[in-house]
Amino acid sequence: MSDLSGLYQELILDHSRRRLGDGELDDPHATHHELNPTCGDEITMGIRLDASGTAIEAIGWTGDGCSISMASASALTELAAGADLDRVRELIDGFRTMMRSQGAGEADEDLLGDAIAFHGVSKYVMRVKCAMLAWVALEACIAAASAGAPRPSQP
Amino acid sequence: MTLDRTTVVDGLLPAELRRDFPYLDQELNGHPLAYLDSGATAQRPVAVLDAERAYLEHANAAVHRGASTLVGTSTTAFEEARETVARFVGARPREIVWASNATDAINMVALGMADAAAGLGGAEAEIFRLGPGDEIVVTEAEHHADLIPWQRLAAKTGATLRWIPVNDDGTWSIDDAASVIGPRTRFVAFGHVSNVTGYLAPVTEVVELAHRHGALVMLDACQSVPHRPTDFAELGVDFAAFSAHKMLGPTGIGVLYGRAHLLDALPPARTGGSTITTVTMESASFLPSPQRFEAGTQPVSQAVALAEAVRYLDALGMQNVHAHETALAELLVEETSRIAGVRLVGPPPGSPRAALASVDVPGVHAHDVGQFLDAQGIAVRVGHHCAQPLHRRLGLRATTRASAYVYTTADEVRRFAAALAEVRGFFGVGA
Repeated sequence: MSDLSGLYQELILDHSRRRLGDGELDDPHATHHELNPTCGDEITMGIRLDASGTAIEAIGWTGDGCSISMASASALTELAAGADLDRVRELIDGFRTMMRSQGAGEADEDLLGDAIAFHGVSKYVMRVKCAMLAWVALEACIAAASAGAPRPSQP
Repeated sequence: MTLDRTTVVDGLLPAELRRDFPYLDQELNGHPLAYLDSGATAQRPVAVLDAERAYLEHANAAVHRGASTLVGTSTTAFEEARETVARFVGARPREIVWASNATDAINMVALGMADAAAGLGGAEAEIFRLGPGDEIVVTEAEHHADLIPWQRLAAKTGATLRWIPVNDDGTWSIDDAASVIGPRTRFVAFGHVSNVTGYLAPVTEVVELAHRHGALVMLDACQSVPHRPTDFAELGVDFAAFSAHKMLGPTGIGVLYGRAHLLDALPPARTGGSTITTVTMESASFLPSPQRFEAGTQPVSQAVALAEAVRYLDALGMQNVHAHETALAELLVEETSRIAGVRLVGPPPGSPRAALASVDVPGVHAHDVGQFLDAQGIAVRVGHHCAQPLHRRLGLRATTRASAYVYTTADEVRRFAAALAEVRGFFGVGA
């Protein structure tokens, strides 16, 4: 079972239960729905920017999926809420690099913090998409918000 | 091997036949592999692998093309394979059409019917011509492969797609079918055995009902032909589809069965070389079945290998295969239905079902269940098994499915159940 505990690290199981950021966001600047058609996991991510438009003021998501995908959304929320957009873009790039590593090398803890717990997931090729789901959704949200797209729902 | 394949103990086939399947003799994550995913794809015995290689080493040549001695040899092997498969399912050889898989076989009928509705095929194709007011009937339990082609046919022809509703356990009855099949029904398509619930459909009753209303019937036989004696003529269906790789055979080949006079009238959806009688610059006329459907180079070595898989199953005896799987089905139900916090979908204990069990562990996603089993060497299928509407109806997104075959042992079923019982504890659910 040692292999399995490398995948399901305590931090991941913990995040899968805490689900930080779970809940639809009021007045978002951008939302994005991401679906993994092979397993049906899905997430709808929303972000609201601060007055300067350069940082994420609030993040909220609704979703359904395996413990990896839900824990990943929770861990991402913890890292991205309140962060500058440039910093979040860097985080997403770093996370993607780690998830493509197939378990090789060392994860960048300075950059990714607790999210390095997902390094073990990168060895499981069939689960990488689970871990990436929320991050891809957030990336699309940032792209839409930065492009000055109209808000999806005005109060 | 010299095993007496008909020696059945407690309904089970002898475990020694596992020696015929090299794939099964391996470890998965440090444990002996328990392969419980034959409903998705079965493993192949050495005899099937050898037959394909022997054909390629000694008999391979362009089939039905030219007139050489070599072509005679390859064409004979190809057509003998068709005869072997035909006998296995109660059909005549010209009622067996090679497809690339079962999905392709279903599409050949749906696309041919769309061609008929577009005016192709002349007066003979009238029986396939659908339009507004006509109804196509499926069930809510269908595999996507037996749903989407009919959705598309309805959209192309203006016909209406209707479906037989399923109960809370995913099963349906002839009464449910009778509430939907009626005078407007022109075509009925449904699965013989559900790939999610293992439910056995009341085929002959549905055929009788549909035919009384003048409708044609197509059977998705992917989960029945490999597992139980199946005679399409006896069942009375007009068309059927099944796949080689689920019955110890190769990938890349499936079978379309159709009653001869219907196949001869169905417009070929794919056209090209080897399907024709006369071709002019303006038009073409087509050969009778099966050649009218077999455009282009065919999966010849795969057909030869499929025939060998059929011979392997025949040597076991399909009655023995069925008895073996009935015993394993009972064990699967007994073992899984008594685990606290695990919901077994499908027919209730005591009802007939195929040797497969899909389960939901509330609070733990199927992917996580599957991963937990995988770490213990147990290979299962997780997800919606290409049946999203059925899962939605069951109030689920995904399930974990264990499915058995001729080489599956009672010990493997028990390992599955024992590991399943540990899932909630590991993920800290309901503790």
